[in-house]
Amino acid sequence: MGSPVPGAEGTPLAANNSAATSTSPGLSPPTRRGTELFMLAFAAVLVTGALILVEANQEKELTMRIVWLGLAYLGLLTVAHLAVRRWAPYADPVILPCVALLNGLGLVMIHRIDLAMADVKMPNGETWDPAASKQVLWTAIAVVLFCTVLKVLSDHRTLARYGYTFGFAGLVALLLPGVLPSFIAPEINGAKIWLSFGAFSIQPGEFAKILLMVFFAAFLVSKRDLFTIAGRRVIGLDLPRARDLGPLLAAWAVVVSIMVLQKDLGSSLLFFGIVLVLLYVATERAAWVVVGVVLFSGAAVLAWRIFGHVQVRVQNWLDPFVDPYGAGHQILQSLFGLGTGGLFGAGLGGGRPDEIPEANTDFITAVIGEELGFVGLSAVLLLYTVFALRGLRNALAVRDTFGKLLGGGLAFAVAFQIFIVVGGVTKLIPMTGITAPFLSKGGSSLLANYILVALLLRISNAARAPKSTPKPRQQQPAIADQFTVMVERPR
Amino acid sequence: MNTPLRRVGMAMMAMILLLLGNATYVQVIKADDYRKNPLNQRVVLDQYSRERGQIIAADGTPLAAVQKTDDRLEYLRTYANGPVFAPVTGYFSFIYGAGGLERAEDDLLNGSDDRLFARRVSDMITGRDPKGGSVQLTVDAKLQQVAYDQLASQGLTGTVVAIRPQTGEVLAMASTPSYDPNLLATHDGDAQEESWQALTTDESEPMLNRAVHQIYPPGSTFKLVVAAAALAEGKTKDSEVDGRPSITLPGTNTQLPNFNDTICGNGTTATLQEALAKSCNTAFAVLANELGADKLRDQAAKFGIGEQDLAIPLSVVPSTIGPIEDKPSLYQTGIGQKDVRVTPMANAVLAATIANGGVRMQPHLVQKILAPDLQAISETEPDEVDEAMEPEHARALRDMMVESEKNTSGGGKLNGVTIASKTGTAEHGVDVSKTRPHAWYVAFAPAEEPQIAIAVIVENGGQAGQLATGGRVAAPIGRAVIGAYLGGR
Repeated sequence: MGSPVPGAEGTPLAANNSAATSTSPGLSPPTRRGTELFMLAFAAVLVTGALILVEANQEKELTMRIVWLGLAYLGLLTVAHLAVRRWAPYADPVILPCVALLNGLGLVMIHRIDLAMADVKMPNGETWDPAASKQVLWTAIAVVLFCTVLKVLSDHRTLARYGYTFGFAGLVALLLPGVLPSFIAPEINGAKIWLSFGAFSIQPGEFAKILLMVFFAAFLVSKRDLFTIAGRRVIGLDLPRARDLGPLLAAWAVVVSIMVLQKDLGSSLLFFGIVLVLLYVATERAAWVVVGVVLFSGAAVLAWRIFGHVQVRVQNWLDPFVDPYGAGHQILQSLFGLGTGGLFGAGLGGGRPDEIPEANTDFITAVIGEELGFVGLSAVLLLYTVFALRGLRNALAVRDTFGKLLGGGLAFAVAFQIFIVVGGVTKLIPMTGITAPFLSKGGSSLLANYILVALLLRISNAARAPKSTPKPRQQQPAIADQFTVMVERPR
Repeated sequence: MNTPLRRVGMAMMAMILLLLGNATYVQVIKADDYRKNPLNQRVVLDQYSRERGQIIAADGTPLAAVQKTDDRLEYLRTYANGPVFAPVTGYFSFIYGAGGLERAEDDLLNGSDDRLFARRVSDMITGRDPKGGSVQLTVDAKLQQVAYDQLASQGLTGTVVAIRPQTGEVLAMASTPSYDPNLLATHDGDAQEESWQALTTDESEPMLNRAVHQIYPPGSTFKLVVAAAALAEGKTKDSEVDGRPSITLPGTNTQLPNFNDTICGNGTTATLQEALAKSCNTAFAVLANELGADKLRDQAAKFGIGEQDLAIPLSVVPSTIGPIEDKPSLYQTGIGQKDVRVTPMANAVLAATIANGGVRMQPHLVQKILAPDLQAISETEPDEVDEAMEPEHARALRDMMVESEKNTSGGGKLNGVTIASKTGTAEHGVDVSKTRPHAWYVAFAPAEEPQIAIAVIVENGGQAGQLATGGRVAAPIGRAVIGAYLGGR
């Protein structure tokens, strides 16, 4: 389990040695919290600049409201930063600034789309409920939740103990909207994935994603050996034994039921991808991926044969011009926006987000591509890449297998989700309609993703904190000086 | 577990690379296709967010302007006196695009024309709102109104084209029935669609610009071309030509009679001048045969008949004298029948060329291109296209046309002005005895020093029906337009 992460192996070696013999604080491993604060400030400057550009381009007066929004955003960042400082001091310093920048850019874009919609709706006497202020509120709640998770969960391994509980809760959350009657779980835009309570609605699937990942990580870690027993060998691949396919088949069944009950193609693809990656990482055997892809492809082809809405999606992917005003409208408008944006974009506030349907949710990356151009869209994609790769690096660095699996799974989940979203709006793959983490409007998504960040930071703290690396202890000469610890045996 | 985790990392990078590659394809390689796709409303919305330039008449009267609105399309296109000027201005619709000058000069009007580049840059720096350039026309607003009223007040279907012979400036271009382009400029999409449906399905074709987009058999007005060719071949206005009341087309039993079987000259021969003045069919049919198809075609080409891709800058449908496959066709071509088809614009150019001593000027509608601040960027220079006739031949033909005018019936004769003209009564349709003929009048005045040349056509003879002749129906309109122009000087 060698790792190139400096904070995990290289520096602590020296640092801990000296920590054992000296009390000099200057030689303790760096927490990099200052770096994080500096990068957060940079993110805040970028986001505030973006907001000013939007207002200027929309010929709005620069009012004090911007200052308040900027201050609110800055305040939330500070709270999150302080929480990390307090409860996960050794956490990766890059992850939170990435999130802050993405979330901030998301808020600016949502506000920008509000302005566009107001321009369209107001002359017709219609009202438009601004989404940005609600999103700021959700961000605040998400940051509170983020802090709570960091405080309550002092060690990510605790989660492994409640694996089955989480798994059950996740399954319920996932399937609930599909089976509940439509007065509480209405079908919106063809997908039955919301729970609606009067004015506010949540998407339990967003939370299910994390709950099920915890379950799978815990389950796979405890039953790891079982899955590494090879069955038959076919063309150089060690296929698993038929009886070991159980969990994979179960996941497949869940995914199929999501497709059938909720018509939510994006989520099914996302879940299945995550399960496959977890299985692959846990067993280190590519055969699982092959079997999984075959299973999923079978289900996908079957769904395409049976369900009209799947056929429509595929048709629009192959040729959106067949029905430009109907089914192909969304993807066409997205492509037109992206094309009009071109290399450098129409400028913040200079695009036509009102032309793109679902601009502030599923298609927010298309709006970014139109206003910030290919350059801006690439920057956003690279932000996600940095985020996911930092998460993965911490998974590599952390020593416990559960942390590795969970961290790797969480990082992959974000990258895969962005692949599905951006791939959909740019016509790389069929449009499936899921949100871009941190960018898109939506409380559930924001809350869930902030929990995801808290977990990643928790794992990275474990990876980088000096005490979690047992190596230096082995080097300590006097065993008599050691104290005994109760080690709880993981269930 | 680290090896598979690293591979997962590679897979993530691969996914991002795929996304970046595809984004490059969409935003860089296919960008122009998507940007220019007609289903992409952004282009239209952008056009509406910039103040479109004006179209103004020669005397500065605004014909198409903009009005600021508070809806999503910021500027509303408005047409003062829409139906009168519609054949010139065209329309500007966010659903159906643009027509007429709105389309022909779109780049300039919307401000994307290269000639406005320097000003766009300065707008960008100084923070002024970018505006489109304006177009000042050669059209005389009052004359256009007279021309339109002459046709519309009688409910006629037809067109009047007036040209200044020395420069080719189009002084008037009216076409009836017309339409109001304001109906298509409205920002109310439903109303726009409704109007479009109504206008495009209307059998009277109000949106057809008959002056440049419709071709008609020229009838006897084509005899001017034949006469010009004959003069070029050494004939004079006193040369003797065929004067029989009727002839038989060679190789057929078909009779080709004069109008109302009139006798020309002594019944056997007549002078060329008399043949033109009395519009003798037999004389010109035989003359055409003597000249041959090639000479006829050459002369027609010199007058601009058969010219492709003419743009003034509105595109003008090419006129043609037809294939002339056999002798009877040649005879009939000589009197402007068979497959000869001309636009009223081409006929006006014919008259203007004779008026200008045989020199054909390029007709044009745009006098000046103006920057957004109404400073002139460029001015159209008169463009000599061809010398269609020797000056003395042109003078001879003019004298013959003066005689023709004297011979022409119809009201509205002007005192103190000598008009040189030629009428035409063009039969058309499958059964010529049942369809009503088109009535033509081409003229210029004053004959001694021409200031205006016109072509008038009234489709199907208007109310005169079967009895319509060029003199009776079209000539009074032409004279009124000439009178209005010369009287207004």
